Amino acid sequence: MFFWQKPNGKNAGTDMFGLRYLKNVTTLKTYPGKCTGCGVCTLVCPQQILKLQDKKILVIDKDGCMECGACQRNCEFDAIRVRAGVGCAAAVIQGALKKTEPACGCSCSGEKASSCCG
Amino acid sequence: MLYQKVATGSITAAGLSIPVIPSTWTFRDLLGAVGVRFNRNRMNYAVQPGLYAAGKPDKDSPVLVSANYKLSFDTLRKNLTGQNVWITVLDTKGINVWCAAGKGTFGTDELVKQVKDTGLEQIVNHRKLIVPQLGAPGIAAHLVEQQTGFKVVYGPVKAKHIPAFLNKRKLPPDFRKVRFPFFDRLILTALEFTTGLKYVIPVLAFFFLFSGIQNRQFDMANWWRFGIYSVVVLFLGFLSGAVLTPALLPYIPGRAFVFKGFITNIVVLILLNLFSVLQIFNILDLIALGCTGSAIAAFFAMNFTGASTYTSLSGVKKEMRYAVPLEIVLFAAGVILWLVGRLV
Repeated sequence: MFFWQKPNGKNAGTDMFGLRYLKNVTTLKTYPGKCTGCGVCTLVCPQQILKLQDKKILVIDKDGCMECGACQRNCEFDAIRVRAGVGCAAAVIQGALKKTEPACGCSCSGEKASSCCG
Repeated sequence: MLYQKVATGSITAAGLSIPVIPSTWTFRDLLGAVGVRFNRNRMNYAVQPGLYAAGKPDKDSPVLVSANYKLSFDTLRKNLTGQNVWITVLDTKGINVWCAAGKGTFGTDELVKQVKDTGLEQIVNHRKLIVPQLGAPGIAAHLVEQQTGFKVVYGPVKAKHIPAFLNKRKLPPDFRKVRFPFFDRLILTALEFTTGLKYVIPVLAFFFLFSGIQNRQFDMANWWRFGIYSVVVLFLGFLSGAVLTPALLPYIPGRAFVFKGFITNIVVLILLNLFSVLQIFNILDLIALGCTGSAIAAFFAMNFTGASTYTSLSGVKKEMRYAVPLEIVLFAAGVILWLVGRLV
């Protein structure tokens, strides 16, 4: 497949070395005992790494987790936990300089950030 | 924040006047969209939060939720040709849906507030809000329902899939998965390049100025013999990290962005060498340029983690723990060696 072609089908997003980030780093944890099988987490996950098996939460690709926190936020039953945050080096630097949690310092605090989402 | 004008008319619903927005883009919209991609007016590109109408919505029309970053809002309305819908725009301080959801401004409280403030209960008969899937990190669907009576339905990731979603037509099987194709990556490099340039130019200027000195003697001719080429080498380091690495992301081996940036610059230097550009430098200068150039490449590649769609905070922190010291050492080593090569 040429690089300007849109990946689709089985190899979507995994062309060549693939868009895969570091292994064994995610803080994602599931508690299937609390899971009621509503499935909202499987819908909201932007990496689609969650599935239901026998009406219980199952992580099918743990290293695919980007810790966005969508699953945790939408789980009514506290069956999934992750230390949510933005995977953004600029935010980590900003946080380190201001001694706060990693945060993008964009317009909400009224200051100019050198680089931030928008 | 000064809001951009988007409404072209208004309709009345439940006794309230609601601005109507078109689904077409004006030339101004296009200029604005291109501008923010190059960091022009980017932190000030917002629309007024509140309720909008697209087409001729009535009491049974669906309600879409969006952010008040104008590019997000424009992308949404561009995909609403022929649809009759309400749009609830949250006050995300001019930040896009996904980023704002990550920081919580596109969040449960703000959604509840907008639903109540705009009197949505009176405007529609149904109790359903279609929230973009990428808003989910900030929105607790069950809490929104508890507090407003409105049920949150998560729509597709991409605005272009909204018509199919609304009309229950067939969607691609992976419409809930975030992609990061070549052109999306390429567009984002414009911002990396523009914002990075102001930090890189002083570095280039420093190397250029000192290149005038050879064997402790200043001669302007050295600027043209060595200075220009040293600027080219360092600038290619910047391009390797800020443009090439993002554009070619899945084709560069390694997982850490720093590593990708570093080896992209090494490959670029090897290519430069094939074209005999590097032969004018002695070994010390070559190492100096290699060190500083690679540090720049690694730094800007690392910076792209924030623009990418799949990096986690834990991963970025892990990468930075070794990468930031390495970048500082490499950068400083290059600067010192460059001075040593001239002044000692």
